[in-house]
Amino acid sequence: MIRAVLVANRGEIARRVFRACRQLGIRTVAVYSEADRNAVHVRDADEAVPIGGAPARESYLSAERILEAARQVRADAIHPGYGFLSENWRFAQAVRDATIVFIGPKPDAIRKMGDKIEARRLMAAAGVPVLPGSFTPVADAAEAQRVAGHVGFPVILKAAAGGGGIGMARVGKEAELPTAFTTASRRAQAAFGSGELYVERYLERSRHVEIQVFGDDSGRVVHLHERECSIQRRHQKLVEESPAPNLSESSKAGLTRAAVAGALAIGYTNAGTMEFLVSESGEFYFLEMNTRLQVEHPVTEESTGLDLVVAQLRVASGEQLPWSQTEIVQGRAAVECRVYAEDPAKGFLPSPGTVSKLVLPSGDGIRIESGIDAGSTVSVHYDPLLLKLVTHAPTRAQAVQRMADALDGSAIEGVRTTIPFLRRVIASNEFRQGRVHTQMLEQGAFNA
Amino acid sequence: MPEEIKAHITGVVFQIPTKPGDRVAAGDAVIVLESMKMEIPVEAPRAGAVKEIKVQEGQTVQEGDVVAVLE
Repeated sequence: MIRAVLVANRGEIARRVFRACRQLGIRTVAVYSEADRNAVHVRDADEAVPIGGAPARESYLSAERILEAARQVRADAIHPGYGFLSENWRFAQAVRDATIVFIGPKPDAIRKMGDKIEARRLMAAAGVPVLPGSFTPVADAAEAQRVAGHVGFPVILKAAAGGGGIGMARVGKEAELPTAFTTASRRAQAAFGSGELYVERYLERSRHVEIQVFGDDSGRVVHLHERECSIQRRHQKLVEESPAPNLSESSKAGLTRAAVAGALAIGYTNAGTMEFLVSESGEFYFLEMNTRLQVEHPVTEESTGLDLVVAQLRVASGEQLPWSQTEIVQGRAAVECRVYAEDPAKGFLPSPGTVSKLVLPSGDGIRIESGIDAGSTVSVHYDPLLLKLVTHAPTRAQAVQRMADALDGSAIEGVRTTIPFLRRVIASNEFRQGRVHTQMLEQGAFNA
Repeated sequence: MPEEIKAHITGVVFQIPTKPGDRVAAGDAVIVLESMKMEIPVEAPRAGAVKEIKVQEGQTVQEGDVVAVLE
């Protein structure tokens, strides 16, 4: 078994991993940047190592400094969390080369799924439905135009090296394509070091549904059912739930079958997520695979009653999967709301600052994953996620009502947050009835 | 009359796509801030020529700070 885990991350996810470590008697090591000297995750760990300056590239994105910290404290495993280096296959390889356990999939699986075009090809070959579009990078706007002509507008341009919604552009008609191509390519270049783009048909009013998968070294892969994650801004999620409401049995069976087949095809180990778009008529298409723990993993945990992070630590230690497929049951409904330091009244603009007041709810069926406390500095340098509210109950209606109450019982001052917006989502008829799709925000469905 | 352009959020100066003397249209990005992994343009409130850029790349600016001046 692993003895000491260094978490190469910050905020709520670092604390989440530490909690699972404590449960297994594993020593915890935090790393922190200059800006995070007084951060909550630093106080939470058994040991903490400073790794550099406030900008992420000088600290949380520096593989070298993180490996040095791991050697310094004799950590025998590294958990990457999400974001930062979590989907960087070179980092995963460097960790293994240093004879440290990387808590996640093998570098080869990260590399294959990180190249979004190769992922499309591999999944199509494994029989997973993919959207019509290009299977090679498009060289310029003219080539994108040719592909779009075949698949039909609207289309979406995506970064080949992408993820997280960065460098994506929906193109409604031909005339918009050249400008959209230039902008998306520039953003992709800045974010990923590669401006390569590909084209896919854009599905109007589709839902984002994803399947949690988990594999072990024996070659076994199970799924932990689905999450509905359609409430998004800038292609990034705000509200998630499990089970997905109004998902037909046949769609669900097809999704889970495809997800497991896709994971098996690349010899996937540890926790991963296969993301899909589901059309209004219930057809589904592979979007991408996230080769790491997801931000929204708690809804799966609360729905199934299983601990994904404990399982990650066990499987990374060489143990077999702790569950058989038939033991994994969605016994409850769970909902998650992401509280970001953003101003929903100003188009979700970032709102850095100092948290002057923090009131959080507690009670039956409420789980909170927080990276802050009163007095915390919310830095311009990092992702604006402050905390996640998760509620669960025997039925969806009860879990949703608990979320409404939990949001009413939450107050944060000093920075603007998404809480007022989340209250409107949870109160809306569309959400209550489980009739959601990925374009609802931009169409103003939850405006004040 | 010269007009000060102020940052509408706190962030780090990511890019300066303009220089003194450049003509800009209303809505053009005079500087681009980065905050919490997002690029946020600070736009010209009206058409005009850039008189002065008050910031440098990598510099942290607070909400309300003057980042540039229009002629």
